[in-house]
Amino acid sequence: MSFLELQNVSKVYGDGANEVHALSGIDLSVDAGALVAVMGPSGSGKSTLLTIAGSLEDPTSGEVLVGGAALSGMSRNDKARLRRRSIGYVFQDFNLLPGLTAVENVSLPLELDGLAVRKARLAGMAALDELGLGDRAGHFPDQLSGGERQRVAIARAVVGDRHLLLADEPSGALDSENGEAVMRMVLAACRRGVAAVVVTHDAQLASWADRVVFIRDGHVVDQTSTPIGPDALLARSPHQ
Amino acid sequence: MSVRHALLALLSEGPKYGLQLRQEFEASTGEVWPLNVGQVYTTLQRLERDGLVESDDSEEPGPQRDFRITAPGEEELSLWLRTPPDLSLPPRDELVIKVLVAMRMSGVDVHEVIQVHRRYVVEVMQQWTRLKEDEAEFDLSFALVVDAELFRLDSVVRWLDTAEGRVRRASVEGPAAAPAGLPRLRRTVGVRR
Repeated sequence: MSFLELQNVSKVYGDGANEVHALSGIDLSVDAGALVAVMGPSGSGKSTLLTIAGSLEDPTSGEVLVGGAALSGMSRNDKARLRRRSIGYVFQDFNLLPGLTAVENVSLPLELDGLAVRKARLAGMAALDELGLGDRAGHFPDQLSGGERQRVAIARAVVGDRHLLLADEPSGALDSENGEAVMRMVLAACRRGVAAVVVTHDAQLASWADRVVFIRDGHVVDQTSTPIGPDALLARSPHQ
Repeated sequence: MSVRHALLALLSEGPKYGLQLRQEFEASTGEVWPLNVGQVYTTLQRLERDGLVESDDSEEPGPQRDFRITAPGEEELSLWLRTPPDLSLPPRDELVIKVLVAMRMSGVDVHEVIQVHRRYVVEVMQQWTRLKEDEAEFDLSFALVVDAELFRLDSVVRWLDTAEGRVRRASVEGPAAAPAGLPRLRRTVGVRR
């Protein structure tokens, strides 16, 4: 069942001669448990798509549904609650609060949502443990490596009962080994039922996805078909 | 890939017979490159002819006949390991040729041609990545082979992205004229066929 749905979404910035069509008639559906990559060059509209999908920005026209609920019918408070409870964000530059430890960063969304500090910290620790960062819980962001910071950001994005993970070039600042670790974590969250959208220009990152959607100049121009089994690769051999 | 040198490498660990070499070759490449047993024996015969391996002549020819690496074979293997493959000449890349042809043909949308290839390459990358997700953690050789393939395919996608950007800019700005006196690529380097 589709957890995120963009229906004929368009976004226009500016007006008159300065009008910029960032997105035009985007249709996108992401099922619970699916990882979808949106791939396109800089300026293609992929980050705008992500901010609109995450209710951080409103579309100029069209509708976004998260968990079946239309964002257009929600008040600002409803959207803020939806973001705190259901949506996790991961950005290229991690966006961790420098004055908070790893576990404080991870548990913050739960505390903001009214959960008691102790319970929130326990949930934050559990999320860090799951990503192999339990021993880093008391460290501040500047005491962590880039890969560790991004893993903390992923823990923050999936802590609690989040159903939608939105990631903007999540491994852009990392080497390929750490980038792969990040994608394994995103995929693991999906296998637990989270719907995820990763926007990227990086084909290696996108190849972790169940489906890759190609975006150019604000339009979806193409997408991959359901991948056939990897055994097909091994059946072909230049030596046979 | 040099089957010849892969067999020498396996024989450098100690005497082995043909079927054993085939099994160990496949295991060492994560079973990504299956090997025909006939190819193993043909290669062993050539290596023996060149004095790089030897077998016990008193033994009957057959699947249990042991082969051993010789001193010249060890030397050849050592030289091969340290000799970089010839990457100085651009290969005659069919994908590059298709994009070049598409640019010259009226009525053909080169962006659409590029996207067809980009989608295909990304789909193949998805298959390789699935292999990595399922198995690579358990087999270092296999993980290295899959990584190599993913980086190779990634470079194809990067080239397609760059090509599309260049074509797009050229259609807006017009193609840049080649400066007089610039040596043409084909005069300075050859092309691998």
